[in-house]
Parts: sequence; C-alpha cells; structure tokens
Amino acid sequence: MKLMVSALALTAALVSGAPALAQDKIVKLGILDDMSGLYADVGGAGSVIAAQMAIEDSGLVAKGWKIDIVSADHQNKPDVGVNVARQWIDQEKVDGLFGVLSSGVALAVTGVAKEKNVVYMNSGAAASDLTGSACTPNIVHWTYDTYLLANGTGKAVVKAGGDSWYFLTADYAFGQALERDTSAVVTANGGKVIGAVRHPLNSSDFSSFLLQAQASKAKIIGLANAGGDTTNAIKQANEFGITAGGQKLAALLLFLTDVHSLGLKMTAGLQFTETFYWDMNEGTRAFSAKFSERMRNKQKPTMVQAGVYASVNHYLKALDAMGGNVHDGVKIVDKMKAMPTEDALFGKGTIRADGRKIHPGYLFEVKKPEESKYPWDYYKLIATIPAEEAFTPIEKSACPLLKK
Amino acid sequence: MTGAAITTIPAPGAGLNTEMKVFAVMAAVLALIGPTGIVYPYFIMQALCFALFACAFNLLIGFVGLLSFGHAMFLGTAGYASAHAAKVWGVAPEVSILFGAAASALLGVLTGLLAIRRQGIYFSMITLALAQMIYFFYLQAKFTHGEDGIQGVPQGKMFGLLDLTRPMTLYFVVLAVFLLAFLLIYRIINSPFGEILKAIRENEPRAISLGYKADQYKLAAFVLSAALAGLAGALKALVAQNASLTDAHWKMSGEVVLMVLVGGLGTIYGPVLGAFVIIAMQQYLAGIGQWVLVAQGVIFVACVLAFRRGIVGEIAHRLRVAL
Repeated sequence: MKLMVSALALTAALVSGAPALAQDKIVKLGILDDMSGLYADVGGAGSVIAAQMAIEDSGLVAKGWKIDIVSADHQNKPDVGVNVARQWIDQEKVDGLFGVLSSGVALAVTGVAKEKNVVYMNSGAAASDLTGSACTPNIVHWTYDTYLLANGTGKAVVKAGGDSWYFLTADYAFGQALERDTSAVVTANGGKVIGAVRHPLNSSDFSSFLLQAQASKAKIIGLANAGGDTTNAIKQANEFGITAGGQKLAALLLFLTDVHSLGLKMTAGLQFTETFYWDMNEGTRAFSAKFSERMRNKQKPTMVQAGVYASVNHYLKALDAMGGNVHDGVKIVDKMKAMPTEDALFGKGTIRADGRKIHPGYLFEVKKPEESKYPWDYYKLIATIPAEEAFTPIEKSACPLLKK
Repeated sequence: MTGAAITTIPAPGAGLNTEMKVFAVMAAVLALIGPTGIVYPYFIMQALCFALFACAFNLLIGFVGLLSFGHAMFLGTAGYASAHAAKVWGVAPEVSILFGAAASALLGVLTGLLAIRRQGIYFSMITLALAQMIYFFYLQAKFTHGEDGIQGVPQGKMFGLLDLTRPMTLYFVVLAVFLLAFLLIYRIINSPFGEILKAIRENEPRAISLGYKADQYKLAAFVLSAALAGLAGALKALVAQNASLTDAHWKMSGEVVLMVLVGGLGTIYGPVLGAFVIIAMQQYLAGIGQWVLVAQGVIFVACVLAFRRGIVGEIAHRLRVAL
C-alpha cells in the first residue's frame, strides 16, 4: 500500500507541470499524433518539427509572444488520445490541438475540443465525417479526407483513360467507404467497375486476390486500403508482374514515405491523390529543404506534416490579427474561417463554414527509376483537381452547423 | 504457470483484518485524492475502470486457475452495448451500465459453456479464438461504426439526480461502483463458493470426487468474471465517452494479463495496483513519443525479474500477510 501511495505521489509529481497563466500572447500548442505506430513516419516527430517551423516562421516570438509546444503519442488508441487531450487542456492550458492522425482518435478528440472550447485543427485523419455529421464549431480539417481521395483519384484516373476498375478492398468501414465512394465516382464519369474483392484487415498474403484482379482484365486495380495492406499489395502485385502486364494500380491512400520505403521499382506507375508534394514549386522546395535538414532521417515532408505546418501558420496569423490570445476556441476558429488562408505549401485557400479547408488536390504518378534525377524525386503531376471540386460540395455537407 | 505464482492463499478469516484495513486506506486515499487534483481525476477514473477489469480477470485466473486470453471481448461488448444504449436509445446512465454488464454476462454464458470444457492452454486458446470472432464481428457490424467507434457518448444524469457531466460527480460515481464491485469480488472469494473455486484450482479431480460439479462452478465463475469485466467496460465507455475497437482487440486481453502479473496474481489488491501502473505508463509516457513501448518493455522485464510474485504479491510475501 505504501508503494501505491508513493507511486501515486510520483505520478502526481510528473503531472503537475507549471501551468501557464491565462494572459494575452501566451499560446500552447498540443501535437497529438502517432509517434511509434504505423503512421509515425507520416506524421509523428515530423509533425512536431513542422509545427516548430511554423512558429519560427510566424515571427511572433520576436514580437513578444510566448509560444510553446507539447507533444504526445496517442498510440492509435481513442481513449489515450482523449485523456491526453483533456489533461493538456485542464492542466497545461493547451489552446489548440494539431495533427491527430488516425480517424478513430480524431473523432474521439472532437468531443473534448468542443467541451473545453479549444481550437482543433486536424491534419492526418481521413474521416470526412469530421466536417460532416461529426462537425463542431471548433474543428478545422486541413489536409485531405476520404471524399477527396475517392473523388480525386476516381475522376482523374477515368479522365486519364483508366475507365475499367477492379477493387481490392480492406474489409472494414474505411475500405468499404472508399470502395463505395470511388465506384460511384468512376461510374458517374463514364467508367465501369468490373468487380471487387475484399481482403481481411492486415493481410500478408494477397496472391489469390491479386490473381482475381489480374484475371478481371480491368485497366485499373483500385487499392481501397491503407498502410501496411497497401504496401503489401503493391509489393506482391509487382511480384506477379501485374503492372508489367499493362494493368495500373491506383492506391487510394498513399504517402510519400510509403513510396520511399517501397522504392521506385515497386511503385513506378502508381497513381494516387495528394494535396502536397515537396517538389511542386519554389516555396515547397524551400520549406522541404529546411524541414529535411531537421529530420533525423532527412526525409522530405509528407502532406500530413505540411498540413500541420500550414494549420499552425494560419492559427498564429489569426491570433496575431486578433491582437492576442483570447483563449476561446470558437472565436478563434471563426476568425480563421473569416480570413483567407495563404501559405507557401498549399497556396491560397479558404476554410469553409463546416471547418473544411479548401485547396486543390493533385493526381500524381510515381516515376520510373530512370526518370528520377535526385533523391526524393518520385512524383510526376498527372492532373490537378480544382479546389472547388476537391471536397464535398457544401450543399451536400451533413454538418449540423450549416442548418441554422 | 498458475500453480507456481500463487503463494499467498489466505486461510479463511485469518487475513481479514489486514485486508479490510487496506481496503479502508485505499478507499480513503482515492476519495481524498480526486478532489485535490494532485493526480488528474480522469486518469484515476480510467485507471479504476481498468482496475475493475483486472480484478474481474483475476477472479478467474487467480482463484479458479483459468487463464482466459479473451477477456477483451467482455470489456468491448459492454462498452459497445452501453454506448449504443446511451447514445442511440437515450437511456439513463445506470440503465446503460447495467445493460452493458448484462450483455457481457450473456456473452459469458455462451462462450463459457464452450470454453470451460477444456483446460490449460486449450482453454486459453478457445477464449482467444472466440474473442477474435467477436472482434471481427465488431469490426464489421454497422452499429459499432467499425474502426471509428461510437463517439460522443452522452453521460447524462444518474438516477435523474447526479449530473455526470460534472467531473467530480462522475469521479465519485465511478469510485463508488469500483469499491462496491471490489467488495463483491472480495465477498465471492471468501464465500463457501469461493472456497470451492479454490479447491477446483488446486485439484479439480479431487473436488469432483468430493461431489462438487466442477463444471458448474467454473461456468458460474466465468460468467461472474465476464459480468464484472462488462461492468468495467460499460463504466469506461461512460468515462471516456467512447467505445472503440481497442477495447475488443486481443492486445487488451494481453494487457490485462500484464496488469495482473505486474500487480500480483491471486492477490486481491494486485490487479488494482497493476492496472494503475500500466495505465500510468500509457498516459504519462505518452510524452516521450516513440520510446513508450521500449519503456513499457523495460519496466515489465524489471518487474518480472525483481518481483516474481508481482508487486503486491511480493509485499504480501515479505510481510507474511494476505493482501
């Protein structure tokens, strides 16, 4: 029992950091992300660096602001995410939550952000519900969502000639939603869906599924899955010579770091949608050079990390415009919605009334190994999805905020 | 593995005083520490839910000698059932909690009937297999919303009086439920029924030869454990305001084994302390990012090497008392 008391005392000592006083010009950001699991390369430590860079670039510190960052690993567990967020807000006076990869955690944190009235800018979760049925006045959803992935990739690939599809779908809600949405987009644009095969989550053997896909003779094999499933499917498709045989793979969710770890040999010809690529223009290159210098593995930023930078950047701009930190999440989010966004990474954009950040999407194709001229030279741009078409049209948004 | 680890078998009545004293201290510490805010109340609530879960699990492994490797299915089932009842049907919190526990108890009856027919590793494997089936059912089922989980579970008013959206009210409700359930487990262990369970643990054929229907006792213990684990799950859904797949995943079944081992197998306070240690590690090590798993591993190895009976088991052994 003594041990229990001392254990409690110890934890107490760990928890009680010095709380910031509720004053003007003091800001504390919380980066809540997957730091150790399957999304750690996509967000993780890189997202913390991106947020630090956004603070430095804002120049607010020189103007007398005090801006701190705390970060934590939500371990992809919704209850850990919720507890960390709640504790940050209650005890460390965190004003804004950023990052939050993984849809389950992202949706769970929504409630805390609303209850405690802090700013919640998500960059990394795919769930379009964040600005749909689950939207709150405290959310801004930055980088991408399932609508963009389905709509962007589906439409652009059909337009580029890939008019017959066969899906390889992870058999759970996220995969099924992607397959359903993408099928609708493909047929609406004059393509046809020949068939689909469902594989269990976290499969290691895709051979029978891939052979079915190969036998379907569809021009495009759509990978409606994520993470390890996508990379495994790509590897094995390569072994079966599917891409060499003229069929193309369209991954619905793939990140730069996945391409990097698979290598160009495996991924050449793969098409997918992202909203940011480091080698787009001067601005993105300058940011990425600085970013990769600070990364331990010298990686270039993913779109999720870019989204964290841009969202922190816009948040600080809004605070600056308000002349100080009012510590009121809804007010700050309203201000952010009222201001047009502009940054070097996503260009000019807006935040809609439902919290959806609007910017263009891009359909990329992975280069062949011989086309790649320098490190991380991986993508070529196939098509641009204009900002107004990239996300759920506002009249179709299920967000309760819009029904006033 | 069970026989070697359990060394502190309280003689009936002998350790009663120490145990009750410790209980009073535990209740007092928990009741006092919450309102002060020295330790974050939500952390304690979360840890109490897991402590109850671990106690329920310990009832089975520590006192009947059955190692279930599928207890997450009870935690998860109750979480989903109560979250669904509270959110979609809009029932009062006390009803949703009881509904969750009842759902788990029912699942306990169904899975228990199958699982207790086998012993040792086969029992563990059957519970694991059943839990995996349940997990994949929840992954697919419409009402669980797959990997997004049920979010924003309303806390509401208990008995129409206690406003659970107020942190301190919620804290004392959770604490009261935990303490009552803990006393119930203590009572079960020290009842004639509990004595028979221990007899079955020590030597099942002999218990049968004495005329006890061992299977019925084992099933009863299994269902009790399932219902209590369900109570923990339902309470947790109310505290965290969400029910997610994490709770039904096999890793959770493993985590509860870890909690009980770290705290002390077959002791009544061990699971409580073990749950606090493991949950504290998950919460407070979240700040060190990618090192969290490494730290967890190191601490576990240290525990296994230094206190083989678990923390409480070791203390009880040194002091020669039952805890």
